[in-house]
Amino acid sequence: MAAFSDLFIFIILLGLGYGFGQWAERRHYRSIHTREKELAGILVFAERLPPPDPKFKHSSLVGGSVVISIDYFKRFVSLLRSFIGGRVSSYESLLDRARREALLRMKADAQAKGFQNIFNVKFETASISKGKGKQIGSIEVYVYGTALGPGN
Amino acid sequence: MLVSNLELVPGKRTTKHFGLVQGSTVRAKHAGRDLMAGLKNIFGGELKGYTELLQESRQEATDRMIQQAESLGANAVLNVRFSTSSVTQGAAELFVYGTAVVIE
Repeated sequence: MAAFSDLFIFIILLGLGYGFGQWAERRHYRSIHTREKELAGILVFAERLPPPDPKFKHSSLVGGSVVISIDYFKRFVSLLRSFIGGRVSSYESLLDRARREALLRMKADAQAKGFQNIFNVKFETASISKGKGKQIGSIEVYVYGTALGPGN
Repeated sequence: MLVSNLELVPGKRTTKHFGLVQGSTVRAKHAGRDLMAGLKNIFGGELKGYTELLQESRQEATDRMIQQAESLGANAVLNVRFSTSSVTQGAAELFVYGTAVVIE
């Protein structure tokens, strides 16, 4: 009987994870796409040294971060995947969303400060729920760079 | 205080060099946030509480680094790098370091 109720809870969690997870992911991607179009004017470079330009008078450190969690269903799928090996697409989309979201937040930060160009952009990814065994499922992405321009 | 992750500031000359300055914080989240995070681990999505917490801690680490640079008499910190590591369960260390300099 106990085993049956465990299975029941497991199936419910799996269903909730699948339903809400997919919904949240679709919504997040939609929001990412619209904001990426809005912020396309802010240019981002990974170059260490900016080209000499008299309009680069002011500089400011800008950054964006996000902590994002995987859902129960995807974690289960990735567990299955670890038996066979290969691409774990459920985690790929998680990391993709987190990086793009952090990048957008950095761009928004630069825009708010009146800058158009960001140089020397670095990505920093950390798993913040380490030591929790199977619970690992949230990652933090921090993106930072130096915004240059006339400023405001 | 100018903080930048570039190695040099365009149009400005570095006149003095003080070496490495750093700042760090170790922060733990409280139980309420942990509970919410547990729920989010089922549904997926952003953990806003954690995002804010880490952002605050990063700011604090940066402030500490700036303080150290100020006490040396610097007016800028260049080539700044951020690093995050989770030390134990439920706590994260945010570490910032850079080079303190005087620029014209």
